[in-house]
Amino acid sequence: MTSMHGGDIAVIGAAETDELGVLPDISMIELHAQAALNALRDAGVAPADVDGLATAGPLGIEVAHHLGLTPRWVDGTSVGGSSFLLHVRHAAAAIAAGAADVVLITHGESGRSGTGARAYARGPASLTGQFEVPYGALAPYSTFTVPALRFLHDRGMDATDLAEVVVAQREWSSRTPRAMRRELVTADQVLAAPMVAYPFTKDMCCVVTDGGGALVLTRSDRAADFAGGERAIYLLGSGESNEATLVSQMEETTRFRAFQRSSAEAFATSGLTHADIDHLMFYDAFAHLPLYMLEDVGFVGHGESGAFVREGHTRPGGRLPMNTNGGGLAYTHTGMYGMFAIQEAIRQLRGEAAAQVPGLTTSFVQGVGMFFAASASLVLANRRP
Amino acid sequence: MSDFLTPKATPETAPFWAGAAEGVLRIQQCDACGRHYFYPRRFCRYCHSTDVRWTTVSGRARLDSYTINHRPLRGTESLSPVIALVQLEEGPRMLTNIVGVEPDPANLVLDMPLTVDFEPRGDMTVPVFRPASTGSAEGTR
Ligand SMILES: [Zn+2]
Repeated sequence: MTSMHGGDIAVIGAAETDELGVLPDISMIELHAQAALNALRDAGVAPADVDGLATAGPLGIEVAHHLGLTPRWVDGTSVGGSSFLLHVRHAAAAIAAGAADVVLITHGESGRSGTGARAYARGPASLTGQFEVPYGALAPYSTFTVPALRFLHDRGMDATDLAEVVVAQREWSSRTPRAMRRELVTADQVLAAPMVAYPFTKDMCCVVTDGGGALVLTRSDRAADFAGGERAIYLLGSGESNEATLVSQMEETTRFRAFQRSSAEAFATSGLTHADIDHLMFYDAFAHLPLYMLEDVGFVGHGESGAFVREGHTRPGGRLPMNTNGGGLAYTHTGMYGMFAIQEAIRQLRGEAAAQVPGLTTSFVQGVGMFFAASASLVLANRRP
Repeated sequence: MSDFLTPKATPETAPFWAGAAEGVLRIQQCDACGRHYFYPRRFCRYCHSTDVRWTTVSGRARLDSYTINHRPLRGTESLSPVIALVQLEEGPRMLTNIVGVEPDPANLVLDMPLTVDFEPRGDMTVPVFRPASTGSAEGTR
């Protein structure tokens, strides 16, 4: 009996597009396809072997048809940047249930150049159109960031704590040739950068890029049938939760309960505790998010996130390396970063990362989507329990 | 003022927007559990009772959190750059603009008392908030 958790499901292929960054000469759908071809090659999986597909952005059937695939299982769960974490979890359930054998998960977005991109429109009668847009709450940097001042205030923290997240992650991106922002910075430099939306300066906001990534999953006991099985990474546990699609309707401004719920389920299903986790990928569209996550996922106590980062525990050589590609703040952010958080976790667990941390066996990936609407959590490992 | 900033009422939210046009802040309260809630629905979000009614609230609120937007998108430059979460005295939280004050953090102290005011967006009127101490509040008219 195959379980969706406990290492019975494996990621046997993982790859990004050839390039990330500013790519005006390739369309959104071709970013999906390039990532898919790269991941299938990485896995040693032929197109005919793929019978499941999940994606967000375009419809799953659009991507499937573009790739010449006729999957018997399609998941189009679309909750912003965390979608791909949910796809991993849903694919694992589908594979365990026998609804699919080999699932391809794709992401591609021309978030910087807008080449072949879909129009993103919110009608004036939508909840957002009525209760957020009339106030100029349109761009992520002026909407997703609104709760942060209260988070900092209630903990006796300030914008320096946001800056320290950037400082720590630049230590990782400086060792990562594919990262968009690679310069080392001091907290003072981050604080002195141009203001985007107080208290967030430019460096506290993610890069805006084009790119894509893809994953291939199958049952662990089938992994050996494919070349990618030798470097298989296993899903030990996962969780998902949701809250409000309007930022103003978060249950609490200073914590995101969906992070708490989805991460608790990921720990419970994995059978691991916080002490078992070697590596964190915490989705960072803006610098406050890793601080929320460190506390809400429970790696530090209430109010301890700022000091934890400032003291260097998440930097190279620290005891809990976090966002080791530089994160969305430095590596890449196409608009839906979750795929890249998973990719870096897999590179680290395979021992193939640019800024490789020695001796890792487990990674915790925490996603967020549609501002404070959706949460998803994955526990990955490079050996079966 | 850009068209995309103009909200469009649904059958469920129409009384909210009609109130705003009259210069009153009107939200819903549940008769079964007594709680106020926002945004408008046909039922109470806490207990699912459909025994709910519209009520004019005090217009008093406190500043929960905010950003000061230094990069307004095209068509939004005329709005206050202060995008805020406010908590109404009756409990619910709303996203809004803070008006009637220079957009400087020194003037925007968390928990400061606010009072409702109203601004046009196209042919609609939306509730905004201003510091309670600055007077000239129109919210109780
Ligand atoms: Zn009720």
